[in-house]
Amino acid sequence: MHEELIAALKAFLPDAVEDTTVFRNELTIQIKKSAIKDVCFFLRDKHGFNYCVDILGADRFTEENRFEVVYNLMNLSTKTRLRLKVRVDENDNHLPSVVSVWPAANWFERETYDMIGVVFDGHPDLRRMYMPEDFEYHPLRKDFPLIGVPGSIPLPEFDKKATNKDAGERYNRGEQI
Amino acid sequence: MSQTNPFGDGFLTTTMDAITNWARANALWPMPMGLSCCAIEMMAMAGPKYDVSRFGSEVFRMSPRQSDLMIVAGTVTYKMSHVVKKIWDQMPDPKWCIAMGACSSSGGMFRSYPVVQGIDQFIPVDVYVPGCPPRPDAVIHALMEIQEKIKNQRYSFRDAILTEEGLAKLDKLADAEKERMSIKA
Repeated sequence: MHEELIAALKAFLPDAVEDTTVFRNELTIQIKKSAIKDVCFFLRDKHGFNYCVDILGADRFTEENRFEVVYNLMNLSTKTRLRLKVRVDENDNHLPSVVSVWPAANWFERETYDMIGVVFDGHPDLRRMYMPEDFEYHPLRKDFPLIGVPGSIPLPEFDKKATNKDAGERYNRGEQI
Repeated sequence: MSQTNPFGDGFLTTTMDAITNWARANALWPMPMGLSCCAIEMMAMAGPKYDVSRFGSEVFRMSPRQSDLMIVAGTVTYKMSHVVKKIWDQMPDPKWCIAMGACSSSGGMFRSYPVVQGIDQFIPVDVYVPGCPPRPDAVIHALMEIQEKIKNQRYSFRDAILTEEGLAKLDKLADAEKERMSIKA
């Protein structure tokens, strides 16, 4: 069944498939970056992959093709799963959005953009998902420190009452990380 | 009481501070700021087994306007810290704060970029409760510590009735008194 899918994909777009892996009966196809949207439309319409389970990013921390975006798809009628992988370079971190294929991809792509920093072209509302909107970094990149960048996220001001002459000494102010 | 009372039976003499502190300490209305798993233990504290109403704190208000003790129970992220601060600012004075659990006290096990490493960076905390999560009796102990703190406060009645101008006037009087008492060279 995996071979049929790969053959159909290769017949549809001969250049799109870069690599295929079968591990424990799970099929993973590595797709060329420019072809991802066409491949997704093809898989949804012709092969019934109507459920976008998840989209996520990984930082491989290599010189070339640093980021990898993984699409987990599922065919709900035949209960088969498929994994697509696309590699994106750090200097050219743009990728076509697949929100027009599966609307569920909206928030997944926002999350990937927030955490890894891959920009999805054609996304209707590409804002950060978890971090504050004026945050400058992408936390799941390997070169981001675990404790964060000091002062990069604003904290609320300390209680004004505590700055009074007698109250100021009483409270433990702590220190900003 | 065997004390002799100049007013006869049915009267007690005390100071306004003592009675204000007594009233405040035995009717602390908590604002439950439940942010994660510590909130479950906080609910257990209010439930029948641990029964915080023995200490007068069973009235958990969901409105900050009606509460004077904030129990920050759980992990405070940077995003949530602004909400916590806003709710704290909405609470009327006098107010107290319990940092319940390791997360709100120090960031706990979440030593990572989204978690505030201790809520004392933006809120004055009165009592820290260690534990992950702390047992309900530990939170009751923290509550009793706050009651102890309230009972030892001075000028609580004066501060409650005085306005800002009145307090400034008092400060001026105290300064003048200090000036008068100081030895001139």
